[in-house]
Amino acid sequence: MRKVWDIHGGVHPPENKQQSMQQALASLPLAPELVLPLNQHIGKPAIAIVAEGDTVLKGQLIAKADGPISANIHAPTSGTVSGIEDRTLPHPSGGSGPCIVISSDGKDTWAELDACENYQTLDHNTLLEKIRSAGIAGMGGAGFPAAIKLNPRGNLKIDTLILNGTECEPYITADDTLMQTRAQEVVAGAQILAQLLGNPKSILIGIEDNKPEAIRSISKALSEVENNPIEVVSFPTKYPSGGEKQLIQILTGREVPAGKLPADVGVVCQNVGSTVAAYRAVRFGEPLISRITTVVGEALEIQRNIEVPIGTPIGYILEQHGFTAANVSRLIMGGPMMGFALNTADVPVIKTTNCILAPSRAEMPAPPPAQACIRCGMCAEACPASLLPQQLFWYSMAEDLDKLEAHNIADCIECGACSYVCPSNIPLVQFYRASKGAMKQHAIDKEKSDRSRARFEFRQQRIEKAEVEKEAKRAARKVAAEAAKAKLAAKQASEGDSPKTDDTADVVAAAIAKAKTQDISPEVQLAKLERALSSASSRLDRTLARAEEAEGEKKDAILARVKDAELKVSDAKNKLAEFQARENG
Amino acid sequence: MAFMQMTSPHAHRPGNTGHVMKLVILATLPGLITLSYFFGPGTLINVFTAGIMAMACEALVLKLRQRPVMFYINDYSALVTGVLLGLALPPYTPWWVIAVGCVSAIVLAKQLYGGMGYNPFNPAMVGYVILLISFPVEMTQWAMPRTLLAEGQALTGPIDGLAKMWFATPLDAYTGATPLDVFKQNNSQLVQHLYDTQAVFSTGRWAGAGWEWANIGFLMGGCFLLYKKVFTWHAPVSMLISLSLMAAMFNDGGSSNSGGSPLFHLLSGATMLGAFFIVTDPVSSATSNKGRMIYGAAIGILIYLIRTWGNYPDAVAFAVLLLNFAAPFIDYYTLPRTYGHNKARRGTEKEAE
Repeated sequence: MRKVWDIHGGVHPPENKQQSMQQALASLPLAPELVLPLNQHIGKPAIAIVAEGDTVLKGQLIAKADGPISANIHAPTSGTVSGIEDRTLPHPSGGSGPCIVISSDGKDTWAELDACENYQTLDHNTLLEKIRSAGIAGMGGAGFPAAIKLNPRGNLKIDTLILNGTECEPYITADDTLMQTRAQEVVAGAQILAQLLGNPKSILIGIEDNKPEAIRSISKALSEVENNPIEVVSFPTKYPSGGEKQLIQILTGREVPAGKLPADVGVVCQNVGSTVAAYRAVRFGEPLISRITTVVGEALEIQRNIEVPIGTPIGYILEQHGFTAANVSRLIMGGPMMGFALNTADVPVIKTTNCILAPSRAEMPAPPPAQACIRCGMCAEACPASLLPQQLFWYSMAEDLDKLEAHNIADCIECGACSYVCPSNIPLVQFYRASKGAMKQHAIDKEKSDRSRARFEFRQQRIEKAEVEKEAKRAARKVAAEAAKAKLAAKQASEGDSPKTDDTADVVAAAIAKAKTQDISPEVQLAKLERALSSASSRLDRTLARAEEAEGEKKDAILARVKDAELKVSDAKNKLAEFQARENG
Repeated sequence: MAFMQMTSPHAHRPGNTGHVMKLVILATLPGLITLSYFFGPGTLINVFTAGIMAMACEALVLKLRQRPVMFYINDYSALVTGVLLGLALPPYTPWWVIAVGCVSAIVLAKQLYGGMGYNPFNPAMVGYVILLISFPVEMTQWAMPRTLLAEGQALTGPIDGLAKMWFATPLDAYTGATPLDVFKQNNSQLVQHLYDTQAVFSTGRWAGAGWEWANIGFLMGGCFLLYKKVFTWHAPVSMLISLSLMAAMFNDGGSSNSGGSPLFHLLSGATMLGAFFIVTDPVSSATSNKGRMIYGAAIGILIYLIRTWGNYPDAVAFAVLLLNFAAPFIDYYTLPRTYGHNKARRGTEKEAE
């Protein structure tokens, strides 16, 4: 028996797993219309490569990954693309986004698949490419593209591969069902992932001890493997053991440092569902186009697990399970601890949909109003990250972002254990989400303002520098002029009253020549002077008129301008008089 | 159709703050019953009076603050404050003393700071200290335990008790020195001698007749709350350990300088009431488990210091209030280490200047 570690905190909510395990895994008749959001994973949305009206086959690529952190999307059935349009997304925001809509032709015709029997002989890159092109994104809930996790940076040595079959959320039994019905595929998938990661020392399948059937089937499948390096590890049931960081701590005793990835401590963790999908992608060339989802809740007549094509509308699934809308207290995608409430059933199943929960009002009543926090500390006892939720709550209310950061709010995994135990019914996680959002916005604003400040400071520097350079040039010119003057004086002194030196004579001649070329007729000169006088006097009139209108300090300023204009007028008059005298004289 | 929008988690453990408070009140019963058994119904009447007055004060202030009265009254926090104050007061305390105590506790120490959850000091202890300083005579008259009664004398009945409380009718020979008083006034006798000669000890077993059983009653209530996970063991246990260590250190082999044995300190005065019902008040204490250990230990040390060398016979209220002051400071230096971090933050590290 392998040693397992304990995590701090954790809670034991009622498991409610038996409801959906009464019936065998089922499948539904094909929905007439399938909706495939282009973004079903963490990262960039995929780019559609089909157009409206195109005929597609089951398994055909319909949207291509945009860059490394993205995932391909394939047609879950054959039919025609009836539209590429914005539809409501299964997202907490309830917002909409681009989706490919496929009208099923009911034939479910497969595209040609690239099966591979002896995949053990494939090299690393081919294997990885097969998984990448199948569009596999973490099926446990987060939806991180699997191929990235399976290809850690070269300098990181992976010594442990963990398959996550924990499924610690109440109600959900999708992974449990998968492990019971497809144990061989889980094992085969584990071998492929191990091969990809250079056969790490330990390959562990972590399953909570509330799933004895799954443990039995996986163990049985393992016993059929020769030289089996894979180990099933069962550990006490506790929420949130299935969080990636928590599972790593339970199975290896290691903590993933803040801001780092599991690969930094030599661990890669994959959900068992993703593992099976990887196996099917490599062995049969099947892309990820369907998944097992738990359909559960007292507002349904039938509660069970179904294998359902990605893109099947939730409303269609509910219809098939005897859903009574009048009874439902809310509709949740995911489990009761971390799932999010949908505001409409008009959204599709996506790659990360592990559960559709339709609880009745009696089962999940509306929460009572929050009472004051009495700092009882039950939340701190429950927190798997050893945070102080009561302090985070306090600082969230005060919007004290610095304090929140200092209390490591970034390490909150939003598992909801604190809210679950809070005797005052405070929606703590909601406060943390809001604060995290505010901090993100704050960081963006700060970066923006830092950048403008840097730009402004740089500009100031540049202007100063230019000013200094100009000043230096001016000084240099002055020095040069002084030197030239001194030289000239010295020359004159040494040569006595003799006429100017040749080069000075040249300069004077050039100046005279220039004046000659610019010589203008007296009429033109007169006209010019008269124009100057008239413009100066009209300016004076205007200024005077404005001076009369203006008041207070402004008036003083304008009066000063009037003085200036008067001076100019008299100057122009003098010049004209001088010119006329010269012409006449 | 649109479904209800709500954020996760959607599941919630049953129960609310009112349940927690009711558990606390329930847990005071063993102590309350032993006190009433040994000292007459005085404490019981105190608890009732103070409980009602505290709730009345709370309701009045909530009304003035234009808050929903029943919503807050139903969290039972005012009742807890009243009950704890009533338990701490001497039996048959005059009604006006109790009233002053309740107003100080609920209005001054709690509601003026913002009400439930916002009070920096333990309201019951603020009320108690204000009374102790303002009415030293009334506050130091403890009834005699039943074991000390003379032949033919009976415990004060509820009628006489009420008359004393409401009309200040004097009671015959009802007060006696508490065990802590005896030690305080002792200046030349060996501890053994005290235990032999003083009736309060000679009719008792370890720490004074009546008192030891009342403390055991509160200890039982505390264990019940621990079992129910209403609070963690850290603060009360560290307080009891530090108090015992101090007592052991200054016991002086039972000489005339002795401050009393550890057992004596654990089972006399308000030790157990303080440890499990006052020190564990989460609002005014330190937040992390490490912080609560420091908080409790410091209270234990202060209790011993004040009991032995201070002017007051008992010291739980002063010690708790002093440490209420220190709680935020303790919090700064006792943050737990977060997952994925090498060490815990200390003080104001990592905060923007």
